[in-house]
Amino acid sequence: MPFLHPLQDSAERDAILAGGPLVRYPEKANLILLTSRPPQLETPLHYFDRAITPNEAFYVRYHIFPIPTRVDLATWRLRVGGLVERPLELSLDDLKTKFPPTRLVAVNQCSGNGRGYFEPHVFGGQWSNGAMGNAEWVGARLQDILRAAGIKPGAAEATFNGLDEPAAPSVPDFVKSLTVQHLMEDPDVLVAYQMNGAELPMLNGFPARLVVPGWYATYWVKHLSEIMVLDHAFEGFWMAKAYRIPDTPCGCVEPGSTPARSVSIQRMNVRAIIATPKNGARVALARPVTLKGVAFDGGYGITQVEFSDDRGATWRRVELGPDFGRYSFREWSALWIPKTPGYYRLMVRATNRAGESQPIEPLWNPGGYLRNVIERVDLTVA
Amino acid sequence: MKLAAACLSLGLALVLVNRAEEKTTVKEIKLPPDDAAAELKPGPGVEAVRAQCAICHSTDYIVRQPGGDAKRWEAEVKKMVTVFGAPTSDADAKVIVEYLASRYGPQAKKSSHSKAARPR
Ligand code: HEC
Repeated sequence: MPFLHPLQDSAERDAILAGGPLVRYPEKANLILLTSRPPQLETPLHYFDRAITPNEAFYVRYHIFPIPTRVDLATWRLRVGGLVERPLELSLDDLKTKFPPTRLVAVNQCSGNGRGYFEPHVFGGQWSNGAMGNAEWVGARLQDILRAAGIKPGAAEATFNGLDEPAAPSVPDFVKSLTVQHLMEDPDVLVAYQMNGAELPMLNGFPARLVVPGWYATYWVKHLSEIMVLDHAFEGFWMAKAYRIPDTPCGCVEPGSTPARSVSIQRMNVRAIIATPKNGARVALARPVTLKGVAFDGGYGITQVEFSDDRGATWRRVELGPDFGRYSFREWSALWIPKTPGYYRLMVRATNRAGESQPIEPLWNPGGYLRNVIERVDLTVA
Repeated sequence: MKLAAACLSLGLALVLVNRAEEKTTVKEIKLPPDDAAAELKPGPGVEAVRAQCAICHSTDYIVRQPGGDAKRWEAEVKKMVTVFGAPTSDADAKVIVEYLASRYGPQAKKSSHSKAARPR
């Protein structure tokens, strides 16, 4: 059922940077520039017409500068210390040979993916929907590493630090933490040294990064160099002050308001992304249009993707691509044949194994996190 | 051609000689230059922004925000000073906030490429 007039809110949904300048960084394809120092680069949307995101197209997010641009594996070590029986200093070879290599396909999505669409606008990286990627990771299980080090009784959390460093001593180093309980319960947390069959691009964390399947990318520390086991909850800036969401069931508050209490962001919610056609495209009457994109969640796995061309009144299931596991992008596709000229809004929503789906109205929080409103593209049929 | 071939074989020789050490153990990239400050709109206070706001990060951090009124920018500059330790005096902060609010005010939320921004 088409609309008679172009939709009023179409232009509002252009993120500030959508279609912004493209730049070329080492080992990278042309990506959308957010910032240059430290580099923040977004993957153009058309790459999400397939389940695996190529390494050269994988987005880049850093917080502090300088970042490592040169790593010598002869001297690089992953140090494991703190509350452990046997502190470790692991070379890349150690990681590869002393622990069984584990393979896993998992989505890495920035907590602020889609922040550019928040209304009212919020400060922070004005990402469109390309601050995400899906790759096959190979690495050592963090559990195996922690067992080799021998966690002492009383251990509560482990912190993760990488080679990036603050420009000034007053800027907090980028350090993240996870609970020991999480790490010992989840065998899929990896120290990954391989991405889509190749070494990690420098800007994606060479030589090794943390992979925390199902959790937002803020935990996937790059250029990992130090793991410290603590007997208390870590209170560093990037845990205690940043990456906080409202302590409400939806992680959201009334738009423009301030939450009473906040908690650290953790697991990803359900999303479906439309890679093609582009918002605003013109298509021909009675000719099939191919819709493509990906769907994912925080680790239950996508069971169903549906599509609507009538503002959500009716939905029909679309075709799903191969299943690469519950942490992976699930490719989806549909053929749509417009039968009447006019203006259409196509919407796509996903549902996961737990029965969770996506809201029709966007959730809002001051950090610009957790975006998972049903995405849509507006088309003109002529 | 000849020159290229010579270079190539020289390159190979280097790889062979160094195989055990450097060549295989080092990965290095060169980042493009940070030209962001050139993008700042002219106006009183732009020099203070260049001097004070490009110490820890490029100024595209500032330009690529949705924009804000003086209150919004004041909060942002205050955050830089109190949370991250930016060495900005109160006097400079005032100049910077005025510059940002006038050059990167709330109406600057659409970049030039997006047509048809609608009145709300
Ligand atoms: C002492 C270091 C430092 C200085 C000096 C500094 N900043 Fe920042 N700024 C940061 C850090 C750290 C971040 C967070 C970076 C990230 O998360 O990617 C940041 C982020 C920002 C952001 C993005 C939004 C946000 O809050 O994360 C804006 C806008 C910004 N700074 C503006 C300014 C302005 C304006 C000045 C000059 C008055 C300034 N900065 C000076 C450290 C600094």
